[in-house]
Amino acid sequence: MLSPYQYAVWLVCTILEIGVVVCAVKKNAFRRYVFLNIAMIASAAISIARYQILHHYGFTSKEYHYFYYYSDFLLVITLYLALTSLYSHVFAELKAEQYVRLGTVLLLCGTALFSYAVVQQSSSRLLTRFVVELSQNLYFVGLVLTYVLWGAVLKLRETRTRLIQLILSTGVYFSLFAANFALQNLYYGRTFFEYLTPLFGCFLPLSWMYAFWRIPEETRIAPARLAVVPR
Amino acid sequence: MMAGIILACSVVLLLQFFVSYCRSLIAASSRQVLSAEVQDVTGIQRAASGEDYKRVMQLLQLCPERPEDRNGIQAVSAYFGLLNFLRSTVARIVPSMQAWTDMERGHCAYFAAVALERRISFSRDMLAQQMDA
Repeated sequence: MLSPYQYAVWLVCTILEIGVVVCAVKKNAFRRYVFLNIAMIASAAISIARYQILHHYGFTSKEYHYFYYYSDFLLVITLYLALTSLYSHVFAELKAEQYVRLGTVLLLCGTALFSYAVVQQSSSRLLTRFVVELSQNLYFVGLVLTYVLWGAVLKLRETRTRLIQLILSTGVYFSLFAANFALQNLYYGRTFFEYLTPLFGCFLPLSWMYAFWRIPEETRIAPARLAVVPR
Repeated sequence: MMAGIILACSVVLLLQFFVSYCRSLIAASSRQVLSAEVQDVTGIQRAASGEDYKRVMQLLQLCPERPEDRNGIQAVSAYFGLLNFLRSTVARIVPSMQAWTDMERGHCAYFAAVALERRISFSRDMLAQQMDA
């Protein structure tokens, strides 16, 4: 059974995800950042569906476990697409969108093949293990892709503050989850940051909501000021 | 082994993204000029120092909270904590780090002063609305 704290974080996170979409619509940014909004809508819908399944079958049921891992896989795919759309924004002027799409699909296939190679020895529940492995690997691939995108932002001297904040917050989110999964794999069966992990999920909607609500699209910033190592 | 490498990479990149994210929050407010009133209250004329941060935060907590500011203030508070940690550890060995952390702590204090300015005008607006009602 989940604790009241976990229920509260779950509720807050779902409200924040809906809040991102509301803020984007209010600030006329929904269409511009449509994949980010789709990711948030999917996340909110899955949160509600998870609650329904938890309420109906219970926390220890197979149904909940299967739904949890398969829906997490769907979520990471939508986030991956959202990240691709951020690439399209940064490389829009270079007209490199089709290369970005091709690269994204190839990388996704490569990650899927790698994940399959890792789990193919499993005799039972191959598909479920594959889905879990692929989700975890995609968090790390997402992190690396975000870092490459951040490098491109600095190199191309991208100045759109809202876009920069969206990219950086996505990077923080992917690194939090990649680190969390790595810790879980290192110390199998032990849960770290039991109270912090649910909060990690709130970071992305909170920061995206802030970026949509507080930062107008036309605000500009000198990206060299943001680099940790002065450029 | 693989998980260890992923963990190390994730932690390093997390720090880098987090620092850049906080600097983007701070940079957005750095161009804003403080009103004479806030300058008097905080004692910050042009550039702020890290020592001002605690005092400005105390003043900030006296004002009614603006929900849209909460995220930024919490992130910058965490960043200030990280800077303090670096200042008391790594900066003792690397002198150039000392100047960098001092400058960043000053930026954090200025960010807090700008947030204070916003909260004061928010409180005034609320009071004016209540008076009208």
